[in-house]
Amino acid sequence: MELLEVKDLTIIFGGLHAVDGFHLSIKKGQLYGLIGPNGAGKTTVFNMLTGVYRPTEGKIFLDGKDITGKKTVEINQAGIARTFQNIRLFKKLSVLDNVKVGLHNQYHYSTLASILRLPSYFKVEEQMNQKALELLKVFDLDQDADTTAENLPYGKQRKLEIARALATGPKLLLLDEPAAGMNPNETLELMKTIRFVRDTFDMTILLIEHDMKLVSGICEELTVLNFGKVLAQGKTADVLNNPEVIKAYLGE
Amino acid sequence: MKKLLKMSKTSKQNYITYAMVLVVALIAGVMDATGNMSSLMSGLLVPVCAYVILAVALNLCVGILGELSIGHAGFMCVGAFVSAFFSKLMASTIPVAWIRFTLALILGVGFSALIGFLIGLPVLRLKGDYLAIVTLAFGEIIKNVAAVLYVGRDSKGLHFSLQDTMSLGLEKDGEVIIKGAQGITGTPNDSNFVIGVILVLVTLIIVNNLVNSRDGRAIMAIRDNLIAAESVGINITKYKLIAFSISAALSGIAGVLYAHNLNTLMSTSKNFGYNMSIMILVYVVLGGIGNIRGSVFAAALLVILPELLRFLNDYRMLIYAVILIVVMLFNWAPSALAFREKVKAKWKKTPDSTKKEVA
Ligand SMILES: Nc1ncnc2c1ncn2[C@@H]1O[C@H](COP(=O)(O)OP(=O)(O)OP(=O)(O)O)[C@@H](O)[C@H]1O
Ligand SMILES: [Mg+2]
Repeated sequence: MELLEVKDLTIIFGGLHAVDGFHLSIKKGQLYGLIGPNGAGKTTVFNMLTGVYRPTEGKIFLDGKDITGKKTVEINQAGIARTFQNIRLFKKLSVLDNVKVGLHNQYHYSTLASILRLPSYFKVEEQMNQKALELLKVFDLDQDADTTAENLPYGKQRKLEIARALATGPKLLLLDEPAAGMNPNETLELMKTIRFVRDTFDMTILLIEHDMKLVSGICEELTVLNFGKVLAQGKTADVLNNPEVIKAYLGE
Repeated sequence: MKKLLKMSKTSKQNYITYAMVLVVALIAGVMDATGNMSSLMSGLLVPVCAYVILAVALNLCVGILGELSIGHAGFMCVGAFVSAFFSKLMASTIPVAWIRFTLALILGVGFSALIGFLIGLPVLRLKGDYLAIVTLAFGEIIKNVAAVLYVGRDSKGLHFSLQDTMSLGLEKDGEVIIKGAQGITGTPNDSNFVIGVILVLVTLIIVNNLVNSRDGRAIMAIRDNLIAAESVGINITKYKLIAFSISAALSGIAGVLYAHNLNTLMSTSKNFGYNMSIMILVYVVLGGIGNIRGSVFAAALLVILPELLRFLNDYRMLIYAVILIVVMLFNWAPSALAFREKVKAKWKKTPDSTKKEVA
């Protein structure tokens, strides 16, 4: 069954067709890669999927529901969570609190309960702490729970962003260059973690990545974007051996 | 017991703040009661509490929510006038002071919160620093309206005017309650230092408890990264409004406290104008943006400082300005920050950990 179905997605920035007639369909539980040279329009696709940009044309369906043109907050609540190419953490909050912000919409108590410290405050906070620590453990961040997010090393910041996105309980996880700035060891570890997340949370993942080792190592299918248009689509091995793709990557 | 041990670092810090406030208040109270305080200083005790509350309220808006407001004295003005009006109106109807004051407090705070909400509703939806401009205008408008407002009472009920006493058209035995630029005279003096300290603590508890909660995290997430907050499903406008309305409500507490410590409440540029709003902002910046304890002590110190420096006569404001600059440098200059970090690190290093570092 298709979890994400994108048809004819187009966005024009002052005459520039940043993304043009983009289409994609991802099955539930798939690990899918979106690749392409710099400036191809990959991040712009993510921004349209998450409602940061409104597409000029085209439709986006999540689990059969039309989510085109919805607001970012609504789209997250509908089940899409993401990370950012240029990391966007809540810098001054602790690692634990970053994840707890992700849990915000799944746990509830009133403003009054927090100010008066009613029993519901303690009960729900305890549940949130447990859930958040559970998630941090997956990314080997539980030891850093009390660290301020901005003080984490770069690789851990990237992982924390994934943990925070997962905390919102999404159906589809979008990762924008999760391995950027990581050393080969960290990348290898990240690949394992991404696979682990897919398997244990039964997650569907769409990721943008320049690191070909990561892409060929974990993505089952790929779409290649070039100058805003789909250049190739299909099984990872086939796509990577496609002469057109090789040409786009190596240049003429 | 286990819960106590597990008490987080932040809540420990909060309790330390409350304890510090209590100790300082106790010392001031004893000094006042035993006559070891100048009458000018003694007269400042309640205003100090009011400005501390106002500074904490503003820090919630500026430091926790990350939105600049230059009109918080305006919210204080609303709380002051609404509550003083009520107390004067009810002076004979409700003779018990603490009941009257409690009702006045609820009313003053409620009105301030409502006005904060109404201002925030359109403005906080916008992205950008529009709040600063709108609150600046709001503060000036409220201050000026309060200075030309006439309200009177007679057997037919309440009469309002923005012109003069005559145009109220009161009956012979009617009473003018708010008299334009002369304000409200004869508000029962229902507040005192003890009430002031209690309200400071209440304000601190409200803000600290809010900050360490689900709502507070959402508010600070918006401050730290709006786009990321949206991406995890945080309703931006809702949480901005919650924070701003609570900040306005707390400023209202300051106003109620302030008004019930005066025989005559007047609205002037000095007490409710933008100079005051900016002064409060100075306290917040000096105490550290987002640092609640810092706001408490910066406000208290800077309100009484001109009084403490009175012996310097003409040089008073000069020295005051120099102190502001020095505190500013100490708090914010990169080299001063680095120096403080170094001292802190040295302080923390136990002989044990130094050994480990060598090995
Ligand atoms: N808000 C915007 N306004 C105008 N142009 C934009 C905007 N956002 C993106 N673009 C343009 O759209 C094109 C695609 O950018 P995008 O960031 O999607 O590329 P990308 O494939 O993610 O590249 P990279 O691998 O470098 O991250 C670029 O030419 C970029 O300048
Ligand atoms: Mg990109």
